[in-house]
Amino acid sequence: MKATPLSNCERRFLLRAIEERKRLDGRQCYDYRNVRISFGADYGCCIVELGKTRVLAQVSCELVPPKPNRPTEGILFFNLELSPMAAPGFEPGRQSELLVKLNRLIERCLRNSRCIDTESLCVVAGEKVWQIRLDLHLLNHDGNIIDAASIAGIVALCHFRRPDVSVQGEEVTVYTPEERDPVPLSIHHMPICVSFAFFQQGTYLLVDPSEREERVMDGLLVIAMNKHREICTIQSSGGIMLVKDQVLRCSKITAVKVAEITELIQKALENDQKVRKEGGKFGFAESIPNQKITAFKMESAAVNTNNVEEQAEEIITKADPPSEVFAKPILHTPGTAQIGEGIENSWGDLEESEREEAAEEEDESEATAFECQTMETEDTSTMRETKKDEPIVLSDSEEEEVVILEPQELPRKTRTQTNLKQENTSKKAFNKRRRKKRAA
Amino acid sequence: RRCGAGLLVTKCGLLRHRQAGGGGAAGGAYWVDSQQKRYVPVKGDHVIGIVTAKAGDVFKLDVGGSEQASLSYLAFEGATKRNRPNVQVGDLIYGQFLVANKDMEPEMVCIDSSGRSSGMGIIGQDGFLFKVSLGLIRKLLAPKCEIIQELSQLYPFELVLGMNGRIWVKAKTVQQTLIIVNILEACEYMTAEQRKQALAKLSGH
Repeated sequence: MKATPLSNCERRFLLRAIEERKRLDGRQCYDYRNVRISFGADYGCCIVELGKTRVLAQVSCELVPPKPNRPTEGILFFNLELSPMAAPGFEPGRQSELLVKLNRLIERCLRNSRCIDTESLCVVAGEKVWQIRLDLHLLNHDGNIIDAASIAGIVALCHFRRPDVSVQGEEVTVYTPEERDPVPLSIHHMPICVSFAFFQQGTYLLVDPSEREERVMDGLLVIAMNKHREICTIQSSGGIMLVKDQVLRCSKITAVKVAEITELIQKALENDQKVRKEGGKFGFAESIPNQKITAFKMESAAVNTNNVEEQAEEIITKADPPSEVFAKPILHTPGTAQIGEGIENSWGDLEESEREEAAEEEDESEATAFECQTMETEDTSTMRETKKDEPIVLSDSEEEEVVILEPQELPRKTRTQTNLKQENTSKKAFNKRRRKKRAA
Repeated sequence: RRCGAGLLVTKCGLLRHRQAGGGGAAGGAYWVDSQQKRYVPVKGDHVIGIVTAKAGDVFKLDVGGSEQASLSYLAFEGATKRNRPNVQVGDLIYGQFLVANKDMEPEMVCIDSSGRSSGMGIIGQDGFLFKVSLGLIRKLLAPKCEIIQELSQLYPFELVLGMNGRIWVKAKTVQQTLIIVNILEACEYMTAEQRKQALAKLSGH
């Protein structure tokens, strides 16, 4: 199918908005969208959601003879696929330029940075080595595939466990997971890509461009860095001229972002580890809500888009996405306090009310709804309180010292019942539908 | 859809009924209120299309359906062979379908049966276009829609709703336009009270 063309007025509007430092979803120029990581039942399978962009990563391994020129090293194979499910413009089987570029970037980021110790993958030198295969599938395209894919890739690799092997003389025994616990891969560091979109010949810069912004950008700069501030890969495309201090500034921003994301990843991995050990439920079946008849679920991202969940049952914690920028220190509902400062933001009203609605909406049926959004990236205590089988929603924000406590168990049920009196029948329909779903 | 002596339901959704009387409606009407995002061209629907190509006398528009719609340059008010409308690739057009079968290329026009434009034609340069689900559009187009009335009390803005799920908004500043866009997108999931709260906060400030 052909992708929807971008109309002139959209293009003009986006550029004008960027000149005024406004983004469509109300983020600031250097803000990331919410990153959400959830793991599947198998080791090495995870889904990363960056806003609405979703990537599924799966790692698998196999014993094969090594390459002749590298007899003591394991083999790594990376593959990224863009399915038509992600965007109408993607066609199956066709090698588009975008696909090639993304694949190359992922390979450079993960292979050339030597984040995985390939020597440890060797079983019998010259005869048998492990071949690790990473498959990335793009499930939904809402901009910035590279970042999401790199996060998914590295998380899946960290999460993966390969079967244990022992060599006795000439005999090689591969143990099944039942006999011996599988062994994790040896990973030195976690390179993560951060994308910067440039507009108006490099005058304006945006981090984590969304799909619309990608369409109007002039150029893209991708920097892959690990938390030790080592640059693994850097690529500039689009042919724009960048001044050197712009590149330096970008690399500083990258360092900050990568630190945050790495922490997020660590927490997610730890949580999943804990859940598995304690025998709790894990895997996609638990983390992806049931009764997802329609995919009409929006996340509540603070600053702007009011994304209120349609399905009350779910989520909550899922949707708990940490808002990224908190504007005003205002008490918007009893029990909800905002500490810390934020930049004066005229989105303030919209965001608070939306967030409040989102909170209330979400609290509807969850008995133990506990929402505590922390903006501090170091604070882990709240995360542990979320249900174990829910995916970890960790905030990714530049703001610090802001804690939002949303009230528990707001009496939302009464509200929907009063809707019966409403004049507008279609709203009734929506509520009915919602109630029906809940009852179902 | 009719099937023999009875009716067959082809879409899922709520069954609705409108009573007879009150105006010219002949008898009550039953219909199924379904929710979807993908548009299928229907004759008589007013939609917003994006011009993708100019092929001689005809413009090709993307309306979100399976085929691109065609629009003749003469189908504008006051257009003659000498006086062609000034349409560029990438412009937005608001028109209605003259011919729309499921499998054929649909045809659009920007004038109604009496030759007047009645609000159709090229949409202005500024403003922002975004997509929502079809159910929301129908809700907004219902007579006496509260959402629009409440929004209009916030700030003045221009709004064009296309039945193909596309909405074009223009307000005085970029900020206001963005707020309206976000409210409309969220309206899908908000109850009336949440919306009233949101708007109250906005207008309060």
